Amino acid sequence: MPANRKFEVKALSRVEGEGALYVKLEGGQVDWVELNIYEPPRFFEAFLRGRKVREVPDITARICGICPVAYQMSSCHALEKALGIDPGPEIRRLRRLLYCGEWIESHALHIYLLHAPDFLGYESGISLAADHRDAVEKGLRLKKIGNELLTVLGGRAIHPINVAVGGFHRAPSRSALKALLPDLEWALQASIETLQWVSAFDFPDHQVDYEMVCLRHPHEFPMNEGRIVSDRGLDVPVDEYEGHFQERHVPQSTALHSVRMPGMTSYLVGPLPRVNLCFDQLSPTAKRQAEACGVEWPCRNNFKSIIARAIELIDACEEAIAIIKEYNTEPSSSLASYIPRAGQGCHATEAPRGLLYHRYRIGDDGLIAEAKIVPPTSQNLGQIEDDLRAYLPGIVNLDDAEATRRCEHLIRNYDPCISCATHFLRLTIDRNPEPAVCTINPMQRG
Amino acid sequence: MPKPKLAVFKFSSCDGCQLSLLDAEDELLAVADAVEIAYFLEARTQQIAGPYDVGLVEGSITTAHDVARIKMIRRQCRFLVAIGACATSGGIQALKNWGNVQEFVRAVYATPDYINTLATSTPIADHVLVDFELRGCPINKMQLVELIAAFLIGRRPWVPRHSVCVECKRRRAVCIAVAQGIPCLGPVTQAGCGAICPSFHRECFGCYGPKEQANLVSLAGFYGDHGTAPRDLVQLLRNFNGYAPEFREASNAIEREDLSAGTAG
Repeated sequence: MPANRKFEVKALSRVEGEGALYVKLEGGQVDWVELNIYEPPRFFEAFLRGRKVREVPDITARICGICPVAYQMSSCHALEKALGIDPGPEIRRLRRLLYCGEWIESHALHIYLLHAPDFLGYESGISLAADHRDAVEKGLRLKKIGNELLTVLGGRAIHPINVAVGGFHRAPSRSALKALLPDLEWALQASIETLQWVSAFDFPDHQVDYEMVCLRHPHEFPMNEGRIVSDRGLDVPVDEYEGHFQERHVPQSTALHSVRMPGMTSYLVGPLPRVNLCFDQLSPTAKRQAEACGVEWPCRNNFKSIIARAIELIDACEEAIAIIKEYNTEPSSSLASYIPRAGQGCHATEAPRGLLYHRYRIGDDGLIAEAKIVPPTSQNLGQIEDDLRAYLPGIVNLDDAEATRRCEHLIRNYDPCISCATHFLRLTIDRNPEPAVCTINPMQRG
Repeated sequence: MPKPKLAVFKFSSCDGCQLSLLDAEDELLAVADAVEIAYFLEARTQQIAGPYDVGLVEGSITTAHDVARIKMIRRQCRFLVAIGACATSGGIQALKNWGNVQEFVRAVYATPDYINTLATSTPIADHVLVDFELRGCPINKMQLVELIAAFLIGRRPWVPRHSVCVECKRRRAVCIAVAQGIPCLGPVTQAGCGAICPSFHRECFGCYGPKEQANLVSLAGFYGDHGTAPRDLVQLLRNFNGYAPEFREASNAIEREDLSAGTAG
């Protein structure tokens, strides 16, 4: 291995959105790690100002094509708090069902098409399919079933149109939902097989002392509601989020990085924190399978997030089946009425990739006066950098191509949605025994 | 014979339209057999250099770098197809075209100096020749599969240009504009979604952009006469396709009239 060399990767793939990674090594030591997000800014928080309350879930869905439901859910709950309305238990169950659809679709996509290829030595799900067609077809069918659930409840899978502040424009028909049961029963079995499949992968031994953060609810695995908890003793209502977490704007990035206050430290959100901190709330089959999958919980190795995702896949399928089985009468009203009035409300829900916080202020004219949105990936960005800093010393002696591949794999553990955080990665590693000048290369797109 | 090479490029967008290709779960592996997916960062690490037979472009142009990059992509693609509302009309982020971009930057970012953005969000066809536009926010995945299939056998894709109203009637949904008096963009919006919104008892909000020869003046006049406030009509039009010329001109005209009426009154 030459002592003095430099290498770069044009772009990190199999993530949603665009960005770059810059790594500088000096004398074999990691000197600087920086994730550059240069997905162009889209200014949602600015142009939500002056829009009507009822338009918000249609607009915020457009932040992310992979997890639009998460944006719609956090928007609706926050605005309902601002308006002082409660859509009631029937709507609450249907929203949870909708979220199950998104978790199934998003987790199946990430496990089979984006992340499993890293463990099995393929460059994509498409190449994986050449040798493991049955596995990829299983993943695609799982994903399709999640999307079908979204279509029945939301009107379509990407940017559902049926989600409203106050509930749903139209309640789903009983027969349309019940018709999904055979597919969901298949999906539950396929999810169990998915967990067995991913549990047998080889995992790097990478234990990190993350502060794990997620919602926790007294009666259910967290999706729509709960208190914000961490494994270091944080336990606060969502209203206090901004007192404990703060966004920082760093150069070279259109994403804001969130840090934990008061120490300005990084933290981890996503499937691993949820399974670790809410293990007792998993659905019966998910819990049984999680206990039997060979992982010691709590788990501090985020490479095993793929296992946590598979556990949540089981949970979401089982939950969806239970909710549909209980859906015997269509609600008399699917939409709580309201008169737009001044107020303020905030809420957090669990997007497939982690905690998603929204706050809105409605002005005296009944229009949105202020909006604040903190996506899961901007909360994880600082932790990804810290994680790379801890991981790099163990891989610096590998050749350039392999070191790069490992870094990309680590980043994919987070299922980053860079579009959400506003943002593809290009990895540049300077290897230099002398102090080097840091040069950031603009990504060659296209 | 080598397989045709397909490339997928992204500009400012939510990733939802390129996701539509992965969402074609029943067709994806067949598509991957029929064409070489040569460049598609969201789905694969392998990147095969151009030239490409078909380039699908998602997203709108919002930075100086985007302008240079789309020109480079055009030179590498035999057929260039813009997919989705961002690529065909500037997308929801084109709302900034009506605002002061510096104010927008200050509203979102604590250190505005770090942000480099153009004052506008514009469609791909404003910058380079586009061979075909696939509308929608998001696009309809079956229209995307049709487009790829049509390309493979060398014909033009079959994409209907009539209004959402036609799909709505086929779906036997009750017209919400007539029956409930709700302003609906169905009459002036291109088909493609399957008239989902009216069948869910809500108005069409124009995801597929203006249909051919849409009569916006007449429709806006009708809704105005039936009690919709000018401001509400402007917001209905200024949405995911708000910067499409027909919708843009209509919302600007309503705003001007409202302003002069306000001054006169």
